[in-house]
Amino acid sequence: MKQFLVQLAQRPVLSLWIDRIVPPAGQSAQLTLMTAAAMAFLAVFALALAFSANRLADSWSAAFLDTATVRVSAAPEQAETQVKRVLEVLATTPGVTQARAIPAEETQALLAPWFGPDLPVASLPIPRLIEVSTTRDGFDAEGLALRLQAEAPGAKLDDHLRWRRPLVETAIGLRRLAIVSLALIGGATAAMVTLAAQAALAANGQVIRVLHLIGARDVTIARAFVRRFTLRTLAGALAGTALAALAVAFLPVVADGEVLAHLGFSGREWLWPLCVPAVAAVTALLATRAAALSRLKSEA
Amino acid sequence: MIELRDASYGYAGRMLLSGMTLTLPPGSFHFLTGPSGAGKTTFLKLCYGELRPVSGHLSAFGEDLARLSRDGLARMRRRIGIVHQDCEFLDHLPLSENLALPLVVAGRPVVDDELRELLAWVGLRSRADAMPPELSGGERQRGALARAIVTSPEIILADEPTGNLDWEMSQRLLSLLIELNRMGKTILIATHDLNLIRTAKAQVAARVLRIKDRQLQLAGADL
Repeated sequence: MKQFLVQLAQRPVLSLWIDRIVPPAGQSAQLTLMTAAAMAFLAVFALALAFSANRLADSWSAAFLDTATVRVSAAPEQAETQVKRVLEVLATTPGVTQARAIPAEETQALLAPWFGPDLPVASLPIPRLIEVSTTRDGFDAEGLALRLQAEAPGAKLDDHLRWRRPLVETAIGLRRLAIVSLALIGGATAAMVTLAAQAALAANGQVIRVLHLIGARDVTIARAFVRRFTLRTLAGALAGTALAALAVAFLPVVADGEVLAHLGFSGREWLWPLCVPAVAAVTALLATRAAALSRLKSEA
Repeated sequence: MIELRDASYGYAGRMLLSGMTLTLPPGSFHFLTGPSGAGKTTFLKLCYGELRPVSGHLSAFGEDLARLSRDGLARMRRRIGIVHQDCEFLDHLPLSENLALPLVVAGRPVVDDELRELLAWVGLRSRADAMPPELSGGERQRGALARAIVTSPEIILADEPTGNLDWEMSQRLLSLLIELNRMGKTILIATHDLNLIRTAKAQVAARVLRIKDRQLQLAGADL
């Protein structure tokens, strides 16, 4: 047993050795480090954009999702009857949880900021408004519009879709853009590491030759390069991620909770930028390994 | 250990070596001689698989080299110690680490005491921490021999191992190789130094192979 332990202690720590087998290369190391940092920085911003767009889309579709409005435009003497009929129809519509006719005074108060206090709003033929609350799943807007038309010809349903749709589409477009950016950043990182690894392999042709001659397998030689580029990329990506996370954290908050969503990460979303260095390192590992093995094979 | 059957090497239209048939039995001691450019180094490269014969068969340890995978070739080279003409060190690692390299890439333990012993055996104990470019020609070639035998290979191939050495140092290196042969290693030395061959023949049952007119011949007792 003691013999075994002594032997184990004397076993070369391959990883320590492997790092020394390839001579250190100054400039390409720095460039890899810096490019990895820049890519990670951009990736964190793209992630922040994706999450913000997501939240924006959610809040915009939620803000107007469970409300609708019925507008009744009719001669003053008919208005009250039509409002009553609309309320009856709404009461029997599945999906509608509450319907409330907004009193004329409230409507006037809503309009006051637009017309000024001096205009005799009461004398204008202002349509009556009915605020409708719906369940999350909404209701059959088309069916309701038809029934309303039959019961109260002056009533018009507005389910806010007109407002909602372009906003939500913008947010979804933004999110798509962010995801495409992330994919491009990943691809560019892989390409950069491949080029750097190929340069290193070419510069160390003699080292590779000697290692082959003394009986090193391809994977052992490849590992020397893979370790170096993976660690370098990881270090660069960690720095870039840290900088970008700080920048995002200190962005001024302009969220009002409804129309504008907070730009950046919130709560558990902060775990995502932590993935950036890991993904960068894995990308570097795979790219270097592929570059090294294909080059070593071609040298046969 | 190494067996050639009608093996040839060359480029299209121009054969460098042809129709070579030879068996290196275990524990044998061979010299390979011939004029410069006759193909001695090429022959050794064929033996350790850096070049492959264009026709015929070459097998090492009973395995056909042509059928060996890249990993198989690496495993085979761990059983063959090679002293290269230009030593082939990694210039950024000190001599002691260069010697340990074959063990490291084979995943075998590096025992510092054994490494020191080996350095002492080739008379380089005090140069363990020197970088290869700082070594003299003789030190480099003894270092290369030490690296070739660190994994305790069964065959040792040496390409002009005394090329840069004065006579005294050449004899010393030769005696190291003879000592290895007495320990049961198969030795093949490419050299054009006939004095070296004569000296060796006085001490060991060495046979001489000669490359002449692209043919490998077994020289008689005329040397």
